Amino acid sequence: MDVILFLLFAAIAVACGVNLVVQKHPIASALSLVGVMGSLAVLYLLLGAEFIAAAQVIVYAGAIMVLFLFVIMLLNAGGEPKTPGKSRMAGLLGIPLMAVLLGLLSYLVQRALPKPAGVTFGAFTGGKPYDVGKAIFTEYMLPFEITSVLILIAILGAIVLARKEID
Amino acid sequence: MTMTSVPLSWYLILSAVLFTLGVAGFLFRRNIITVFMSIELMLNAVNLSFVAFSYQWRQVDGHVYTFFVMVVAAAEAAVGLAIILTVFKNRATLQIDDVDSMKN
Amino acid sequence: MQAIYQSPLFLPLVMTVVIIGVFPLLAGYIVLVERKVLADFQVRLGPMRVGPHGLLQPIADALKLLLKEDIIPTNADKFIFWMAPVISTFTALTAFAVLPFTEQLRVADVNVGLLVVSAMSSVGILGIILGGWASNSHYPLLGGLRSAAQLVSYEVALGLALVSGVMSAGTLSMVGIVKTQLARGVWGAFDNFGFMLVPFVIYIIAATAETNRAPFDLPEAESELVAGFHTEYSGFRWALYFLAEYANIFVVSSVAVTLFLGGWLRPFPSVKWLEIPLNYGVPVLLFAGSGVASFPLAKRLKSHIHRVGLIGMAMLLVLLGLLLLVPAVNAAVAGFFWFFVKVSSLVYLMIWFRGTFPRFRYDQLMNIGWKWLIPIGMGCILVNALLGLAGA
Repeated sequence: MDVILFLLFAAIAVACGVNLVVQKHPIASALSLVGVMGSLAVLYLLLGAEFIAAAQVIVYAGAIMVLFLFVIMLLNAGGEPKTPGKSRMAGLLGIPLMAVLLGLLSYLVQRALPKPAGVTFGAFTGGKPYDVGKAIFTEYMLPFEITSVLILIAILGAIVLARKEID
Repeated sequence: MTMTSVPLSWYLILSAVLFTLGVAGFLFRRNIITVFMSIELMLNAVNLSFVAFSYQWRQVDGHVYTFFVMVVAAAEAAVGLAIILTVFKNRATLQIDDVDSMKN
Repeated sequence: MQAIYQSPLFLPLVMTVVIIGVFPLLAGYIVLVERKVLADFQVRLGPMRVGPHGLLQPIADALKLLLKEDIIPTNADKFIFWMAPVISTFTALTAFAVLPFTEQLRVADVNVGLLVVSAMSSVGILGIILGGWASNSHYPLLGGLRSAAQLVSYEVALGLALVSGVMSAGTLSMVGIVKTQLARGVWGAFDNFGFMLVPFVIYIIAATAETNRAPFDLPEAESELVAGFHTEYSGFRWALYFLAEYANIFVVSSVAVTLFLGGWLRPFPSVKWLEIPLNYGVPVLLFAGSGVASFPLAKRLKSHIHRVGLIGMAMLLVLLGLLLLVPAVNAAVAGFFWFFVKVSSLVYLMIWFRGTFPRFRYDQLMNIGWKWLIPIGMGCILVNALLGLAGA
């Protein structure tokens, strides 16, 4: 069951990821990104990260992607014009080389990891909101506070950038 | 290894694949919004490795990192999209090749 | 055979099938209730033709929608046009998975239950935005943009109100939240010396906006935008949007009931002597009473078939009321009954809003969200923390 679920959602994630890169229209890319995020949320559940899975859907798929779609619709951003071929070599070699790189990477990862490292659903239950919250508010208190300052700065920056010019 | 468990390396490979796709999108695409979405894809790929490592060590720290990455990504999206809006207002284009007045 | 009943997957699967099968019908009847109640506000009768007092109207409507021609605008983005209502319906119905109708009667009790509901409602926005965009038409695009801005704004207020509720419950699990209220002997809305009423009111206002209901129904403002984001939708796809909207209303009401109004608990759950009058009296009065009250109505109907139908239904209601007097039956369904009574009252409240308030202007909507609800919601968290410390 674990293997089936992993393969299914990994396949969806990769397919959506490829779609993100090849689609011409930003809306289609955004929709694929939502697909990637949703399937990653399921994979997080398989890894026992319940809180992170929920946060992934709320923050990424819900908030950030809605913001993206909002901007795309606001600017009515159409598809991009075909860029004149900068380099034919890149077009020909790019995909095979990428496949080689990925193959090498996977081989190395496979080699480097100890063999019995298997992921079974339910073996790790430390990802409950309680555990994550406890870690954030004890061990990671300072980073948490700094992040809240960062968000404040981001809010101010966004407002300054997006406000109308006062004539 | 029984059939009920997935090797941890598969998760890491998936993470690598998604990250590579993000890099590819970042390099190939010319629409600034799609480029931005590729960055989000890369962040997501990294998050997957964090959560997978967290599982491996049976510790919650990876989840906390992921949480911080999400927060930073949200802040980044807010500021980045505001910048995109400003660029569009000033130049009426979303192609990154057209925004090159600093060149030469 | 025995093994199937005891499997841990049996009840969740049955509940899933029942919810998916029954909810569309329920949504249809919520629409009928809405039309009837609005008609009553405006001193008219509402639908009267199909069935006695229009009781079969939802079925006729559903048939009409299923048989309608399926229109896709020429320049629409076909795939996204097809996807958008599916996203809305899928997310709205997924949220049902964590609603606890009673302690046992539920699909799943997960320890991030409340987060699942808010995750589903935030992804549901995508369906509305994409539907508005894919139609490739002006009114839907405007409706989609409006709804994106509105839903994102009010989600913040909704989240802040939920945080206050979770602070007093101390858990995110939906079953756990109700159990905490039982243990504390007070409904969430009256916890912390009654202060929780403030977040409850914020929640109700924000939830009304989240579900695009009047007076916050700008995304589908008829007088300005024809029908907003679903102007170009017709037939079955439109029905899916409709189903999603009513599913969302049901879900936000259920969350309010679970978090603030004690879920499946009867009123005053800690007062033992009230169990008999409340658990037996109220259902019998409600079912048998409305059944008896229907008899005089039947006499005035002209059509013979309608008269027989209404009398039959009245008999059924009386029978149902009497059935609830059997202790075994009562013990089994009392929680379910209370849950539905509370949810129905909230749904009625939302219909009441629609009948009473005029629609807000766009800037007023944003003012209410950002300048009133969100600051008050933040203040509530602070006050709740202090009161929680004082109470502990």
